[in-house]
Amino acid sequence: MAVKGTVIIDRQICKGCGICVINCPSKALALSREVNGKGYNYVYIANDNCTGCTNCAVVCPDSAIVKVYRSRI
Amino acid sequence: MEREDLIKEENLVYSKTPLLTDTVMHYCPGCTHGVVHKMIAEVIEDMGIQEKTIGISPVGCAVFAYNYIDIDWQQAAHGRAPALATAVKRLNPYKYVFTYQGDGDLASIGTAEVIHACNRGENIVIIFINNAIYGMTGGQMAPTTLLGQITSTTPYGRRSDLNGFPLKMTEIVAKLDGTCYVTRQSAHTPQAVRKCKKAIRKAFENSMLNKGTSFVEIVSTCNSGWKLTPVKANKWMEENMFPFYPLGDVKDR
Repeated sequence: MAVKGTVIIDRQICKGCGICVINCPSKALALSREVNGKGYNYVYIANDNCTGCTNCAVVCPDSAIVKVYRSRI
Repeated sequence: MEREDLIKEENLVYSKTPLLTDTVMHYCPGCTHGVVHKMIAEVIEDMGIQEKTIGISPVGCAVFAYNYIDIDWQQAAHGRAPALATAVKRLNPYKYVFTYQGDGDLASIGTAEVIHACNRGENIVIIFINNAIYGMTGGQMAPTTLLGQITSTTPYGRRSDLNGFPLKMTEIVAKLDGTCYVTRQSAHTPQAVRKCKKAIRKAFENSMLNKGTSFVEIVSTCNSGWKLTPVKANKWMEENMFPFYPLGDVKDR
């Protein structure tokens, strides 16, 4: 059964540490080339592989991944 | 399915706990303190004890913990958090009291306080963040610094003949009869965070069962002090810290 998910990222809180990027099992996250108000390369959703596993939200030190949604399709 | 179709209330599987305030944390990117704050906030939310919890914030990077978790806090002098927690718990026996301390705080200046609080078996939770360095003051050697580890005061690596050996606080505390639950966890991967959260929850539950002190050590990173990127710091911790500070329960009774 396929599962699809998405996350909501607070770009202004994100410090671009990249811990969510390496802990994402479906490689759906990446660090952007642009910077946020504090000068950090914030994380963004790079493709539609997200399964809504919540791993990124669990390891995010700054709780920049505010919400995770998941649905079966 | 489009992203807009997914963002619906019935599909929500995770949201940031309301116990964490909107204040942006002052920690460096990738600091374990943020993860531990989130775990504590989630445990307090899950147990529904927001009104009944008093935290003792330490001296060190986590001194501003009271700005981030929306519970009652008291700030202690350097190393004195277990002494203050003893007073708070004895005056308010129906409150959940925990201290949040780093390794410079707990393993160096506050060794006497933590050992005697644990020996008395105070019904408090001690959360010990061990990153093997003094993070806030500029990366000096801490008692928990590993042999050979480079810090700003041991630029050629820590030597046992000159600087002594690293201190394993968790094993020392486990020997005392006053403690009921002593464990060592980490927070660098989702699995580790989930295990650590369970340990923190168990420690909080123990503090109401009159069993004694619960001590949770969390092996952490200090990427600024170690002069590594957050991702490399996690890897360095796995390769160097875990062999010396093995994860798992040391004592559970």
